[in-house]
Amino acid sequence: MSTSISFRRLRALCQKETRQILRDPSSNLIAFVLPVVMLFIFGYGINLDSNVVNIGLVLEDKSPEARRFADSLFGSPYFVVRTVETREEVKRELTDGRVRGFVVVPIDFSEKLKTATGTAPLLVVADGSEPNTASFVQNYVSGAWNGWLQHRAAERGEKPPVRVAIESRYWFNPAAESRNFLIPGSITIIMTVVGALLTSLVVAREWERGTMEALLASPVTRAELLLSKLLPYYVLGIVSLFLCVAVAVFVMRVPFRGSLLVLWGIGSLFQASSLGLGLLLSTVLRNQFTAAEAALNVAFLPAVMLSGFLFEIRSMPAGMQVVTHLIPARYFVTAMQTLFQAGNVTSVLLSSAAFLTAAGTIFVGLTALKTRRRLE
Amino acid sequence: MISRIIALVVKELEMLLQDRQSRFILIVPVFLQLAVFPFAATLEVKNNTLAVFNEDTGRESVELIQRFSQAQAFTHLLVLHSEKEMRSVIDNQQALLVLRFPQDFSRDYLAGRPQKMLAILDGRRSNSGQIALGYVQQIVNDYTTEQLGAQLKIAPSTLATRYWFNPNLEYYWHILPCLIAIITSINALIVTALSVAREREQGTLDQLLVSPLTPGMIMVGKLIPAVLVAVVQATIVLVGAIVFYRIPFQGSFLPLYGSMVFYSLALGGFGLLISSVCATQQQAFLGVFSFLMPAILLSGYATPVDNMPVWLQHMNWVNPMLHFIVIVKGVFLKDFSSAALLKSLYPLMVIAFATLGAANWLLRRRLA
Repeated sequence: MSTSISFRRLRALCQKETRQILRDPSSNLIAFVLPVVMLFIFGYGINLDSNVVNIGLVLEDKSPEARRFADSLFGSPYFVVRTVETREEVKRELTDGRVRGFVVVPIDFSEKLKTATGTAPLLVVADGSEPNTASFVQNYVSGAWNGWLQHRAAERGEKPPVRVAIESRYWFNPAAESRNFLIPGSITIIMTVVGALLTSLVVAREWERGTMEALLASPVTRAELLLSKLLPYYVLGIVSLFLCVAVAVFVMRVPFRGSLLVLWGIGSLFQASSLGLGLLLSTVLRNQFTAAEAALNVAFLPAVMLSGFLFEIRSMPAGMQVVTHLIPARYFVTAMQTLFQAGNVTSVLLSSAAFLTAAGTIFVGLTALKTRRRLE
Repeated sequence: MISRIIALVVKELEMLLQDRQSRFILIVPVFLQLAVFPFAATLEVKNNTLAVFNEDTGRESVELIQRFSQAQAFTHLLVLHSEKEMRSVIDNQQALLVLRFPQDFSRDYLAGRPQKMLAILDGRRSNSGQIALGYVQQIVNDYTTEQLGAQLKIAPSTLATRYWFNPNLEYYWHILPCLIAIITSINALIVTALSVAREREQGTLDQLLVSPLTPGMIMVGKLIPAVLVAVVQATIVLVGAIVFYRIPFQGSFLPLYGSMVFYSLALGGFGLLISSVCATQQQAFLGVFSFLMPAILLSGYATPVDNMPVWLQHMNWVNPMLHFIVIVKGVFLKDFSSAALLKSLYPLMVIAFATLGAANWLLRRRLA
């Protein structure tokens, strides 16, 4: 089987593939409907900016001092505080998940506060089974507690301690909204799905239905066969990418500061790597069920867990950080976050582009190799 | 009737485990995920790089920088010498955070004048930046309190914090119970949805229909293997969490496995529902995926359900993963009371009942 390309045959094959795509409602669903739905889910459902946490408050001591402290909690915009009578009751509420933490003001609180040497203890308990929320509870309670201390010191005419003020500035994202970095990252997940999942089925399907043998008997070459599987899905993926970016910018109001041309270039490279991966799985496994399972495990789950779109790569153990370098999605996440928020930062984009080119070449190359071996 | 269903179940299991490739794809990924994801999926900030641009020449800034570099969050320290370097370090993501000490930082500090230091964060990673900034503020506060300790009286009050159910606030204690739900869901859905679609695509569904099996029996025959696969995979993750990750299992196994059966039935219901409206395996797979992706992301494993808007929390009620994660975490970490368990179990029962009923009706209609 030669590798030469006849454009007539290629066009015919592409036409056949395109018709198959357009005829099937499920590929339209995955390429056009699901991305928009997903963007909305990412935009509203995936939120790291904790808004309001339910906490319980046990006032064993009901003195004015204790109430003053309680007011600092009630006044916090981060809490919905519910007063609970006993520790036993609040423990149940915490176990059942009705509150994410509670504060106990012990019975001897105001007594101890009066003595010069003793310190009056307060207890915060947070639900460790939700680690992110638990640390927020701790931070916010300690903020309210600090406010109460300073207020108290000021009232008694004591000089509050000098604090070093840290002025913070978030470059590219002044309001520090998590949506602004989560949405560009999540477009990567969507592109992985459109690219790798759709193509993981296409070659396996030909084998399962026996149409591959018909193709083999025809004068179609290996290059034509591969290209006919790549090109239509590439067009589908790129349209879907620009649809996602348009929804992100115009509907979700995420700023986009890079150039569309660069987006198209990097997007194409990433498409090549995901299409390549999908085709490779499909070619090697030849069975739609296993190819689908494999695509989920090799493309989708790593893209969610290891691409850095949500979980910080630099916080992972060193060995795991090495593994993330093998995931094409990682480079596209970096590129997308940079393009959206920082603009065209050449050094970041070039290194991402280089890795994506390498990944695409390897996957498509391996597929070509496997295709030849099976066809001969 | 029972023997007919058993025959069908045996046939389904043989299909699932027929060759090495299929067995491999059902079991090996579970072990890989168990080994990789608990380490990777963390929202903690560790091993990051801190960059410092120090225009101050005094002792105070140096002392503070030394303390920052000892923090667990920052294992690398970059010393910068110009604003231009500051920009490039942030642009290229070489550091999570740049701290800039102004020229008269130490002098102001000694004079008791309030001083300001500037923190510049990468907005592309604003969440980690916020957490890291919290650590920096803590270190600075501790330092000032120490310095002023001699002058000050003892603090009038202390704040003691306890984290229940996870005393050291380890992120993987949260991830592993979630993984039990996630890994199980993938296969329970695929096995049910694709097996009916495959029979239809290959024309063997017609053969099943002319056999004495009723559509209801065919459904049961498709459901049982899915439940079995789900339970086996969940057990692998559970044993890994207890033995390998050493997370203490507080509750008992009976409520966990009981809920798991209803969870896999609810998933199987969705799987059958999807396959009943699909003509091919591709459609079934993409349908499964369209359900699975939102279900996983909204299940509470990625970000807390409490942070979602209320309307989405209501819609999320039909997501079996949401309820099962509450159950697994509750039984695993908190030793849930039966009242709390029931509160999350009954939605699973309702979902299972509704989806299976709908699937049965649709299958009958389409097959008749």
